[in-house]
Amino acid sequence: MASLTINGTVHEVDAEPDTPLLWVIREQVGLTGTKYGCGVAQCGACTVHIDGVATRSCSLPISAITPEQKIVTIEGLSPDASHPLQKAWLELDVPQCGYCQSGQIMAAAALLQANPNPSDEDIAAEMTNICRCGTYNRIKAAIKLAAAQSRG
Amino acid sequence: MTAALDVSRRTFLVTSAVAAGGFALGFNIPFGSDEAVAQTAPEINAWVVIKPDETVVVRVGRVEMGQGTLTGLAQLVAEELECDWSKVTTEYPTPGQNVARSRVWGNFQTAGSRGVRDSHDYMRKGGAAARQMLIQAAANQWNVPASECSVSKGVITHGPSGRTTTYGKVAEAASKLEPPAADIKLKDPKDWTIAGKPVKRLDTADKLNGAQIYSIDVKRPGMLNAAIKACPVFGGKLKSFDSASIAGMPGVKKVVSVGDNAVAVIADTWWRAKSALDALPIEWDEGPNANVSSESIAEMLEEGLKAEQAFVGNQAGDVKSAIAGAAKVVEAVYGFPYQHHATMEPMNATALWSSDRCEVWTATQNAEAALATAASAAELPVGQCEVYRLSLGGGFGRRATSHDFVRQAVLIAKQMPGTPVKLIWSREEDMLHGYYHPVTQAKMVGALDADGNVIGLHMRISGQSILATINPQGLQNGRDPATFQGLNPSGTEGVLGYTIPNLLIDHAMRNPPVPPGFWRGVNNNQNALYLECFMDELAHAAGTDPLEFRRKLLVNHPKHLAVLNAVAEKAGWGTPAPEGVYRGLAQHMGYGSYVAACAEVSVDDSGKLKIHRIVAATDCGHAVNPQQIEAQIEGSFAYGLSALLYGEITLKDGRVEQENFDTYQIMRMDEMPAVESIVMPSGDFWGGVGEPTIFVAAPAVLNAIFAATGKRIRSGPLTKADLRRV
Repeated sequence: MASLTINGTVHEVDAEPDTPLLWVIREQVGLTGTKYGCGVAQCGACTVHIDGVATRSCSLPISAITPEQKIVTIEGLSPDASHPLQKAWLELDVPQCGYCQSGQIMAAAALLQANPNPSDEDIAAEMTNICRCGTYNRIKAAIKLAAAQSRG
Repeated sequence: MTAALDVSRRTFLVTSAVAAGGFALGFNIPFGSDEAVAQTAPEINAWVVIKPDETVVVRVGRVEMGQGTLTGLAQLVAEELECDWSKVTTEYPTPGQNVARSRVWGNFQTAGSRGVRDSHDYMRKGGAAARQMLIQAAANQWNVPASECSVSKGVITHGPSGRTTTYGKVAEAASKLEPPAADIKLKDPKDWTIAGKPVKRLDTADKLNGAQIYSIDVKRPGMLNAAIKACPVFGGKLKSFDSASIAGMPGVKKVVSVGDNAVAVIADTWWRAKSALDALPIEWDEGPNANVSSESIAEMLEEGLKAEQAFVGNQAGDVKSAIAGAAKVVEAVYGFPYQHHATMEPMNATALWSSDRCEVWTATQNAEAALATAASAAELPVGQCEVYRLSLGGGFGRRATSHDFVRQAVLIAKQMPGTPVKLIWSREEDMLHGYYHPVTQAKMVGALDADGNVIGLHMRISGQSILATINPQGLQNGRDPATFQGLNPSGTEGVLGYTIPNLLIDHAMRNPPVPPGFWRGVNNNQNALYLECFMDELAHAAGTDPLEFRRKLLVNHPKHLAVLNAVAEKAGWGTPAPEGVYRGLAQHMGYGSYVAACAEVSVDDSGKLKIHRIVAATDCGHAVNPQQIEAQIEGSFAYGLSALLYGEITLKDGRVEQENFDTYQIMRMDEMPAVESIVMPSGDFWGGVGEPTIFVAAPAVLNAIFAATGKRIRSGPLTKADLRRV
């Protein structure tokens, strides 16, 4: 049994210590917004926050996480899809198939947390998640829109 | 009540938007909703259901995989229905229902950029018929002629008396009326108010908070999970496996063979199933293809370039004589490597089997084909099977080409009767068992006269036919007509724009033992690359500007010419580009649409490429949702340029060498160019938009690279090319 704090709730999970966080989130905790894409930390579909840092959960064993660390998934980013990024994503109709978008939004949220006013270059350097539908330009525009709206 | 409908009641439906409170025909949502809240709502006809709260549910046979077809088709129905767009949602009928109702929803296959262009007529008529019935129902209630009534945004008004009612109030009565006669008059597109407008997608909200349920997210009561390995060599078989050695691993329930070439571990969670599978000793019989390699395949294709016999795709005049008598002959050999679809969501399906019933939950581009596959694997009549459609995490043709994952899921579930089992392929399994974009080469021979006019062109394609493997009944006396996509002499699908007096385009079919598939853009991809890059070579050899050179050859095809002119003008062709930036052009017609692109690139002294900007034009006849067409254009560049930059599946010892995104790289945001789209519908036809722009992505960039470096790169991926200036 391991103890994990996910979206503010402590979960006692029955999983082997080497189980990647992704699969505990999806299978034991039952939150399926965080996606499996590659299992080798390449694509970023599994991105969650651990203490505010964007982390690829498919390659992080739960043994490496303490019960005190705060894990946030896409379901916990905001209570009602009201995060500035979620609003900007809606405004610009960013998703196509949508499968990578949870990870994209979580990566972007950590980026804005660290750098509230990112340049195009900052965004391109930090946003390394794969999107096969090719929504990159709208993602970039939405991050800038969210940053601008957060500045007020 | 039929058995099929009973099952539907129990189990399913997926909507594209949150539509709490009930569904047409009493279908329920299976994912944690309170099934008791379901209520019936009147079906006006197969396409339109209207609830008492005025919600309009549009039923869509085609499937949404990101391309926006749900929204576009709903716009077309809503346009004719004259309903309130803010009240519109969509839902998928099941393939079983389609079969049971004489295929009332038409073709479920979602491929070939056909979503809108092949469905618009019957769906618009469905919306128009429903409107007439709803107005008639109101007129009956008021005891007035229907001709005295009008409707706007779902509110029906009787002109003379000023009385009003709403669709929601008359839906029940309308659903009992006879449908109108078939000759329904549709609106003139110039009068559209919902279609043709850049409305927001209907399916965005749930993709922003984790609520959207993809096939991989399915949960069923008592469900187990399975991980699978099939023989990594194509055509190889499963010889043996030692299930005892993993029997004690956590969560493992059963180890089963799947068909004659795969083994699966069933466990309580997928991660435990995969972990046990990774520890399972397996012996394969690799079969006759164990020696196949990229080199052996290349040899097959090179032989085809020189072969005497070939299937003819397009022919005019006498190309041999033209080449023999030419002032200048230009020759080049091009190639296009295998590509993988690499959908973000790996293949998966959940199956529940019992001796008299089989149900499958999956992401598919062709639910009827999935149903047929499920029934065959289940060894049950189609009427005792059903497939429920979930959101697709990408399709790109993979989920249309084969339902091998459905077959496997059913074969596994058959070994656990009464228990739903979700099969998920690991990324590695997905990479190794694709249906790859076929491999081809092309030898191009062009003949110029003394004035630099093109007097002859021979394009010899050598390589793989998709139909020969996937759909042999589509062959015409052995010839694969799809090989010549975009190169045809006539038709509405994809016509060669260039008029060349002596022309031969032929195909030496060479089929390596690697499964080919329909990969977004399909054969247009390499055909456009070969032809558009070679046109650039000919222009250069003739000493003519590539735009002027093409214009002269496109005089008989004004729509091809118009998109080319549009990009040239917007990109500023003929005016100086920014310092160090070079331009390249390409045009092509496919899936009924005309596309062109002008790429701007720079290459630094170390050979590093930067694609700065692409201007792209599409004439798709009618533009149902211009902002979604722009999204498809942008996405097409990401897909096409990813293939050009990185895409190559290679074979060694009969198996694919690239097992994950670390060795099969995908273009990321830092390499994505700015895209400026020109959506220029010329109005008298319906073309597709999900694929066409891909055709011109790679050739426009390659031609710009030549302009920048003097180097002709004739095969991807660019990771293998030295781009330093000559």
